[in-house]
Amino acid sequence: MFLARRALIAVLVTMTVVTISFTLTRLSGDLAIAIAGPQATQEDVDIVRKAYGLDKPLTVQFFNWVISAASGDLGKSYMYHEPVSKLIGARLPITLTLGLTGLTIAILTAIPLGIIAAIREGSLVDRGIMMIAVIGQAMPSFWLGLTLIIFFGLKLQWFPISGVETWHGFVLPGIVLSFSAIPALMRLTRSGMVDALASDYIRTARAKGLSRATIVLKHALRNAAMPVVAIAAVQLGFMLSGSIVIETVFSLPGVGYLGWEAIIKNDFPVVQSVVLFLATIFVLLTLLADLLNAALDPRLRTQ
Amino acid sequence: MKLPSVRHFTAGLGTAIVVVMLVAGILAPWITPYDPFAHDLEARMIPPSFMEGGRPENFLGTDQLGRDYFSRLIYGARISLLIGIATVITSGIIGITLGVMGGFFGGRVDDVVMFAITCRLSVPLILVALAVVGLIGSSLTVVVMTLGLLLWDRFAVVARTTTMQVRNLDYVAAAWAAGCSRFHILTREILPNIAHHLVVVATLEMALAILLEAALSFLGLGVPSPLPSWGLMIAEAKEYMFFSPWIIMVPGISLFVLVLGINFMGDGLRDLLGATRDV
Repeated sequence: MFLARRALIAVLVTMTVVTISFTLTRLSGDLAIAIAGPQATQEDVDIVRKAYGLDKPLTVQFFNWVISAASGDLGKSYMYHEPVSKLIGARLPITLTLGLTGLTIAILTAIPLGIIAAIREGSLVDRGIMMIAVIGQAMPSFWLGLTLIIFFGLKLQWFPISGVETWHGFVLPGIVLSFSAIPALMRLTRSGMVDALASDYIRTARAKGLSRATIVLKHALRNAAMPVVAIAAVQLGFMLSGSIVIETVFSLPGVGYLGWEAIIKNDFPVVQSVVLFLATIFVLLTLLADLLNAALDPRLRTQ
Repeated sequence: MKLPSVRHFTAGLGTAIVVVMLVAGILAPWITPYDPFAHDLEARMIPPSFMEGGRPENFLGTDQLGRDYFSRLIYGARISLLIGIATVITSGIIGITLGVMGGFFGGRVDDVVMFAITCRLSVPLILVALAVVGLIGSSLTVVVMTLGLLLWDRFAVVARTTTMQVRNLDYVAAAWAAGCSRFHILTREILPNIAHHLVVVATLEMALAILLEAALSFLGLGVPSPLPSWGLMIAEAKEYMFFSPWIIMVPGISLFVLVLGINFMGDGLRDLLGATRDV
C-alpha cells in the first residue's frame, strides 16, 4: 500500500511536470515562427505549422504527444531527423556514467570527512572540514570546470581537455559534479554521526569496552547511514538534472548537452522529451529514496 | 571546545564582502574609471596591472574587445546583486504564501502545496530556465521572472514547517480565543514569528539565484551581451583562457567571493536570529 501510494504520486508528478513544460514551450511564443526562422514568409510559417501539427488545438497536440510517448515514440528531432528516443538512448550512458562518477566521488569524499568532523566535533578539524562544505557550495560549477581544465588538462596534462574517449575524460567533470553534492552529504553524515555517538547504545558499547574503531564503524555508522543513503539518491537526481552545464563545459555528448543543443536550435520534440526523461529519473530516484528510508526505518512506513 | 570567534569572524567577513559589493554596485557610475561598454581595439587583452604586461591605467586589464575589466566587474556586481534581490523577492512571495497556506490550513490545502513542491523539485531547473529564456528572449527581466517563478521551493518548505510549528503555540491559541480573524493571525501572529527563518532562507536563495544567473548567462541564455554579467564575461573569455587564464579568473573569483560572502552572512544571521539548522 505504501509503495502504491508513493508510485501513484510519482506518476502524477511526472505528468504534471511534463504538462507544464509542454504548455510553457507552446505558450512562450509561436513555435511555427521559431522553427521557420527569421527569414520565413507568412506562407512558409503556415506550411511549417501544418507540417508539424501545430495548427491543432493545444489539448489535441498534448494528447497526441502523450499517447505516442507512452508507446515509446517521442517524435522526431528537427535538427537530426532521427527518432528522439534513439538520440536520448545513445547519450544516456554518458550522462549516467557522469552522474554515477560524481556520486561516487562525492560519497568517497563526504562520508569519511563527515565522520572525522563528527568524531572531532567542535575542534579546528571540524571547522576546517565544514569550511570545505561552505566553499564547495559557493563555487560556480562552470568556472570550477574551466579552472580544472586549465590546470589539470593543459598545464599538468593529466586529463583530457574535453571528450570521453577514455575513462580519463570522466574524472574532471565527475569532480566538478561531486562538488554540488559533497556539502549536503558531509553535513548530513556529520550530524547523523554526532547524534549517533551521543546516544545510549554507543554509551553501552563504550562501557562494554569495545575499541574506538568498532564503535565508530560498526555501530554509529550503521545508524547514521540511513538518511545519507536516501539523500545520496536525491543528490544523484539533482546531478543528472543539472548535468547540462558540466556536459557543455567539457563537451561531453550526454543527454544534458543534447537538451542544450535542442534549446538553441528550437528542436521542441527533443526539449520536451529531455524534460520528460530527466523528470522521470528524478521522480524515480526520490521514490527509491523514500523506499530506502522506509525499509531502513520502520517508523516511517506509516507516513 | 567551541570556537565561537571563528563563526563571528566569517559572519563579519561575509557581511563586509556583501556590503562592499553592494556599495560598489550602487556607486558604479561614479567609481568606474571607464565606460564598461567602450571598445578599444588597440588595447585588447591587456593583463591586470599587477601582472607582467599589465599597465596602471587598467587595474584589472582589458578584455578581448579592449573594455576595461575593472569597470565591467563593478557593473557586473550590479547585475548579480540586482538579479539576486529581485529573484528573492519574487520567489519569496510565491514560496512563503504557498508554505504558510499549507502549514496553516493543513488537510487538502497542504496536500496540494506538498504536491506543488514535489513537482517543482522534479523539474530539471536549468533546462527549463534555459528553454523559457530561449523562447521568450534573453533580458534581465526575463531572467528574473524565470528564476523567481522557479526558485520558491525552499521558501515554501521552510514557511510550511515553521508555520506548522508555530500555529499550535499558546499565543496563537490566545489570539483565536480572543476572536481574532484568520487574516490577523496569519499576518500578525504567525508571519512575524517565522520571519527570522525566512530571512536566512532569503540569503541562501539569493546566493543560489546569483549562481544560476551566472550559469544561464554562461550558456548564452541569460543576461544578453554586451551587459557585463560575470557569467557572460566568463563565456566570452572562454576561447582565450588557455593563453590568458586571468581573463576567466577575475569574474570567476568575484562570483565565488560574492556567493561565499552571502553564505557566510546567512550563516551569521542564522546564529544571530536563532533559526534552526535545517533551514
